[in-house]
Amino acid sequence: MRVRAKTRWCAVLAAAAFALSACARANLPQNTLAPQGPEAQKIDVLFQWVFWIAVGVFVLVEGALVYFLVRFRHRPGRGIPAQVHGNKRLEVTWTVIPAVLLAAIAVPTIGTIFDLARVPRNALQITVTGHQWWWEAQYPPQGGKGVQEQVVTANEIHIPTGTPVYITLESKDVIHSFWVPRLAGKQDLEPGRVTHLTIEAPNPGVYFGQCAEFCGISHANMRLRVIAQSPADFQAWAQQQAQPAVQPPPDVLAIMDRVGCAGCHTIGGVKGANGIPYLGIVGPNLSHFADRTTFAGAILDRTDENLAAWLRDPQHVKPGNDMNIGPNGQPGRSVLTEDEINALVQYLDNLK
Amino acid sequence: MATVASEPEGVAYRRRGVFARPKATTGVWSWITTVDHKRIGKLYGVTAFMFFLVGGLEALLIRSQLARPNGHVVTAEAYNELFTMHGLTMIFLVVMPLSAAFFNYMIPLMIGARDVAFPRLNAFSYWAFLFGGLFLYSSFVLGGAPAGGWFGYAPLSEQPASHMHFYALGLLILGISSTVAAINFAVTIINMRAPGMSLMRMPVFVWMTFVVSFLLIFALPVLTVGLFELFFDLRFGTNFFVVAKGADPVLWEHLFWLFGHPEVYILILPAMGIVSEVLPVFSRKPLFGYPVVVFSGIAIGFMGWGVWAHHMFAVGLGPVANSAFALSTMFIAVPTGVKIFNWLATLHGGDIRFRTPLLFALGFIAMFTIGGLSGVTHAVVPADYQQTDTYYIVAHFHYVLFGGSIFGLFSGIYYWWPKMTGKLLSEAVGKVHFWLMLIGFNLTFGPMHILGLQGMPRRIYTYPSGRGWNFWNGVSTIGSFLIATSILVFLGNVVWTIRRGKAAGADPWDARTLEWSIPSPPPPHNFDEIPVVASIDPHWHAKYAEGPEGELVPVVAGGSNGPDQGPGAEHHPGTGTQAHGEGDGDGHGHGIHMPSPSYFPLIAALGLPILAYGLLFSTVFIVDGVITILVGLYGWALEPSAEP
Repeated sequence: MRVRAKTRWCAVLAAAAFALSACARANLPQNTLAPQGPEAQKIDVLFQWVFWIAVGVFVLVEGALVYFLVRFRHRPGRGIPAQVHGNKRLEVTWTVIPAVLLAAIAVPTIGTIFDLARVPRNALQITVTGHQWWWEAQYPPQGGKGVQEQVVTANEIHIPTGTPVYITLESKDVIHSFWVPRLAGKQDLEPGRVTHLTIEAPNPGVYFGQCAEFCGISHANMRLRVIAQSPADFQAWAQQQAQPAVQPPPDVLAIMDRVGCAGCHTIGGVKGANGIPYLGIVGPNLSHFADRTTFAGAILDRTDENLAAWLRDPQHVKPGNDMNIGPNGQPGRSVLTEDEINALVQYLDNLK
Repeated sequence: MATVASEPEGVAYRRRGVFARPKATTGVWSWITTVDHKRIGKLYGVTAFMFFLVGGLEALLIRSQLARPNGHVVTAEAYNELFTMHGLTMIFLVVMPLSAAFFNYMIPLMIGARDVAFPRLNAFSYWAFLFGGLFLYSSFVLGGAPAGGWFGYAPLSEQPASHMHFYALGLLILGISSTVAAINFAVTIINMRAPGMSLMRMPVFVWMTFVVSFLLIFALPVLTVGLFELFFDLRFGTNFFVVAKGADPVLWEHLFWLFGHPEVYILILPAMGIVSEVLPVFSRKPLFGYPVVVFSGIAIGFMGWGVWAHHMFAVGLGPVANSAFALSTMFIAVPTGVKIFNWLATLHGGDIRFRTPLLFALGFIAMFTIGGLSGVTHAVVPADYQQTDTYYIVAHFHYVLFGGSIFGLFSGIYYWWPKMTGKLLSEAVGKVHFWLMLIGFNLTFGPMHILGLQGMPRRIYTYPSGRGWNFWNGVSTIGSFLIATSILVFLGNVVWTIRRGKAAGADPWDARTLEWSIPSPPPPHNFDEIPVVASIDPHWHAKYAEGPEGELVPVVAGGSNGPDQGPGAEHHPGTGTQAHGEGDGDGHGHGIHMPSPSYFPLIAALGLPILAYGLLFSTVFIVDGVITILVGLYGWALEPSAEP
């Protein structure tokens, strides 16, 4: 009986360990159990500590439950059991033990809360603004970090490796939550308030994330990527982003003017036939659109087919979005012809 | 109040025509005009179960949509309506009213009373609940169901696509229902206990009802403030949550969760009360550490007010606030743990009989423990930065509210069904139901822990392939259909039992509390003579006394001086004796007058949705609604509670 109980315990522990390690697979792009960088790792260390304490309590409580059920099950002729009403010493014991366990959890918890709240020194500054349903990232000029001029991009946030990045979070409309699980916990974006989050990636790579606070019909379609590059690559990227955009051919510009792209989108240095510059701020900045790997809130790979499908019927791809290229400037199936769509896709592909 | 009427028979307040007092004692009208707490309890139970089926169907649609990546079962808009209505339904239209069904039916029986303190107010609570629920659901055909989440965060809730008008007004109606019900039960428990039933002799279920009543009385006004502000913003153009006018949306978050966390305990404490009744009966031992279980319930009730911001750790309230709420949240785990240990100790040394009510109570302990442990990981604020708003949270609160509340409520259904109907639900089918539900539940919600830790957020209508979420989502969907199957098994059990179930007798479980001392189902007046209580578990002590060695021996019929009496005694050999009174079985001849049926609670409650529709659509309905409410209240006020 003793040996069997021991085996059973080992089996439970092994199963828990196996489950956790199986869940920790690093090839899952949003896995909190495969942390990268100091912020996410500090959280993971704390979570592991609590997890194992919880496993211990789980085994004890559920084990006692099963044991009592087997041991004290009804058997004929047992009679009425002793009417025990309580035991003060026992009850004090099982009040104190959980309190001690919780203290063991509370101390590192509080330490880590303050640790994560610390403002990093010598960090890259980025302002990320949440919109229904995409992310805008602004890099103010900061020569020391290789950002000579302001850079504005969307949904794909480039950062240099090995450098803390201090993100200032704002929202244009409703509450969103910025979350890149492998780099850090989430931080809400509250309209009318400013919040902050630090992330840091030790290795180059693409880190997936998405909005974690319900923000309306396309909440599921508000994803983002953090692209960590070596500091040199990052500087080159920032420099290239600060260049003016490729000019559209006149026939393409005419299409763009007709559907009114300038009302929502910025394309750096481009002016409409009427002289009005493309400086809209409702939608993503498209100046270097072809530099991105995804679009539409990072839900679609930037392929010609996907772009054409998007321009044909944006509401079908991402319900509720503000692409007003339907009849009479309303949302809906777009007024563009297939030829016009192909011309626009070609131009978008050129926006390196 | 339900008292013995003082007027001599024949004194007439008779009115004629449409104002005549309803007289029906059978048929539909007898149910519509009833003020009997037992009938109202049944109405609550059946209505809440209907909503449970609807909320369950919504859950199945949600799970079907998420069964595979890029699902196309429902649209994004419909999905958002479904998860919003699923949450609202299960909380406000299922768990709260199912608990209320047991409060209604059982509290007077357990404290030895003939009815609740305010029988007509009780009827009003039920009708307001029914109309509030129907009002909320009418939104589906009147412009779209609420789609802003049950938590209704501003300013999203104020965008037209969120359809939150019906949410604001529907919850206000339901809040009125719950508030008056809570006042009714608090007053009943304070004032109407049988002689000798001191507070510390009350069954734990009564205690938990008492605590929940106060939580409701104090928590609902906080929600009401928020709902009024929301509705005024939506309808009258005020600026409570309009950021452009300087509002701070965090205000709504505080208001909502200051209501929302006590609400969690409103949902779980009744189930804890049921479990505390069921475990002793089927272990044939008293509850271990009764005072500790009671006081830890009270402690949870108080501490539940100091933990709300743990729903808001990612808001950015700052490290000091987050630390404070982390500590208070960990602290509340202590009384919760104490309850679990006391339940385990109740089983220890018992003579455990595995009947269906006990199985569900054990399911509660096993599953609630998991939910409690995952809850502690949320108190670890940095871990919560990762977990909040993911499927890990969805897993956690379903382990608490389904594995906890719903399992506990099913335990209560199987336990008290024979008392309510006089027939025993089938044990064999009940066991099939239990095991299917337990397995289905764990298949549905267990994998959600993994999904959340692997980065799947909540409230997303679609997800791409390649995140590693496909497999566990599939498993979860299969589990949800297993739960649905188990509910069908339960319904089959109910139908079978109604047709050919075994007669239960007064005390089929050899139970401990007063409700088992009277026949099943109880007569309208419950007790022929109000019992006199000398101890906790009075019915048990009427049946068993200590022998010469300190062991328990059944009391010989006629030999008891116990507090327990009643006509049910003749149905069970071990059930005490007729200590006082002759017990002629129907109460007549004792001068017992029960409160008379009335139309007016129904009329007053009917005015609420009319007024609400008026606020949304037309001034005419506002006037109609107000007049209806006033007619109901005046008629109610001018009508004597009991007529000869």
